[in-house]
Amino acid sequence: MVNVVCTFCGSVCDDGEYENGKIKKLCRLGSAKFAEKERIKSPMVDGKEVSYEEAIQKAAEILVNAKKPLLYGWASTANEAIRLGVILTEKVRGIYDQCASVCHAPGTLAVIEEGLPGGTLGSIKNRADVVVFWGANPMEAHPRHGIRYSISAKGLLIKDRKNRKIVVVDVRKTRTAKNADLFVQVKPGYDYAVITALRSIINGNLDAVPEEVGGVKKEQLVQLADIMKNAKYGAILYGLGVTQSRGRDRTIENAVKLVQLLNRTTRWIIWPMRGHYNVVGAGEVPAWEVGYQYAIDFSRGYPRFSPNEFAAVEVLKRKDCDAALIIASDPVAHFPKAAVKHLKEIPVIQIDPFPNMTTLLAKVVIPSAIYGIEAEGTAYRMDCIPLRLKKVVETKYWSDEKILAEILKKVEELKKG
Amino acid sequence: MIEVEIVTGRTLDQGATVEEKLTEEYFKAVSYIELSEDDYGALNLKDGDRVKVKTAFGEVVVFAKKADLPKGVAFMPMGPYANAVIDPDTDGTGMPRFKGVKAKVEKTEEKVLSVKELLEAI
Repeated sequence: MVNVVCTFCGSVCDDGEYENGKIKKLCRLGSAKFAEKERIKSPMVDGKEVSYEEAIQKAAEILVNAKKPLLYGWASTANEAIRLGVILTEKVRGIYDQCASVCHAPGTLAVIEEGLPGGTLGSIKNRADVVVFWGANPMEAHPRHGIRYSISAKGLLIKDRKNRKIVVVDVRKTRTAKNADLFVQVKPGYDYAVITALRSIINGNLDAVPEEVGGVKKEQLVQLADIMKNAKYGAILYGLGVTQSRGRDRTIENAVKLVQLLNRTTRWIIWPMRGHYNVVGAGEVPAWEVGYQYAIDFSRGYPRFSPNEFAAVEVLKRKDCDAALIIASDPVAHFPKAAVKHLKEIPVIQIDPFPNMTTLLAKVVIPSAIYGIEAEGTAYRMDCIPLRLKKVVETKYWSDEKILAEILKKVEELKKG
Repeated sequence: MIEVEIVTGRTLDQGATVEEKLTEEYFKAVSYIELSEDDYGALNLKDGDRVKVKTAFGEVVVFAKKADLPKGVAFMPMGPYANAVIDPDTDGTGMPRFKGVKAKVEKTEEKVLSVKELLEAI
């Protein structure tokens, strides 16, 4: 089968070739995605193997009996499943949160404040003569992003690597930095200050900038400001180096302001390098269903958005949920210790194709089919372009969509009493 | 003992093993800290040595590696080991501080816990 869509990272490469159990053309992460690995063998309750129906019954009981369950994950599943997840959360008056809350959600907050001068990966490939990776390391996190869209991609107007200038701003000399034309090394936590310095230089206030800002010499800041001003079509692609360090959403707001300033004289866009293949869907689907992207509380029967209260890490830290449904995610491995603690104390339902650290503490485990390999569905690429995920092999496992539809049915039955 | 600022993040090895978290490969991909040449030298470390990483939020034993980093900056792959020491405060955003956490690092003879043991210890 050709044009197989990869369901690992946010680049969602759609040119894989699948033949006799082997995937071709994808990167190391994509190849690992398609490689055979240990699966959760069967649905389980308290470590005992049960049928799908029994596990779903138990899961529904836990959700209905909880006062305020947390339904978290959603970044590695299809839009069809996420849609049901939002409906389910509303039905059980729970909290909907998704992986972006520990990933790119500060960017969402910045967009609420400042808007998003954006563009698609196609526009970057065809037009961008300058690409700035800010706190992003695609050579390790999105290995084919550079070849397909942003570094050596052969575009309509920008024909190859020679016509495209690559700048990396980072605290580490990453693999991406080693391939850049200009590497700007910032001290950890000083991105905001460096962006402000660039805005000052571009605004004509060179005198206001000290000799060094956040570990970067003024000379280099002027060099970067010149590159930015002289670009015909520039793109700032930012990563978790910005969203997870000091300043978070405020740093991204500042970067958007920098882009707005540049857009007075030339054309620039800014875009997040989204991580999981459908983390965009985990935000877009609830946004078109109930108006918000993450940290949504339904305990009053209507949706409320407040990251300070309803983001999963905050909810768990203050022990404000009495059950959790974790789908397509592994918070036990990826949340700070202080948040994991509460997950050990409440009943956890897990829906996932693979055993992981959350499996180790889950009361109910429901194995699922892998989207893009064993199940069809729709996902949003990192630039919000929807792509159809293909099914390349048959499986005995149920899809997330089917599992959630059955849980929803059971919950409605139990609620009717 | 040395003082560093930790940043955490994705690596190719972490990404390639992330759907196999209970395997030796994942353990190897996430249970280390990278230190600058200066910091590595200051602790008199060699290949395979372990260090204890302590922050205001926890401590964890991991393997030490040398990397191309500025003095005072350390890197840990995202995952349960890094998350044992990062700052859970979100400043009202919902996002913990995964990058830029001050830590003390010292050589240790203690063993590196498996991911299962790490979870039990929480």
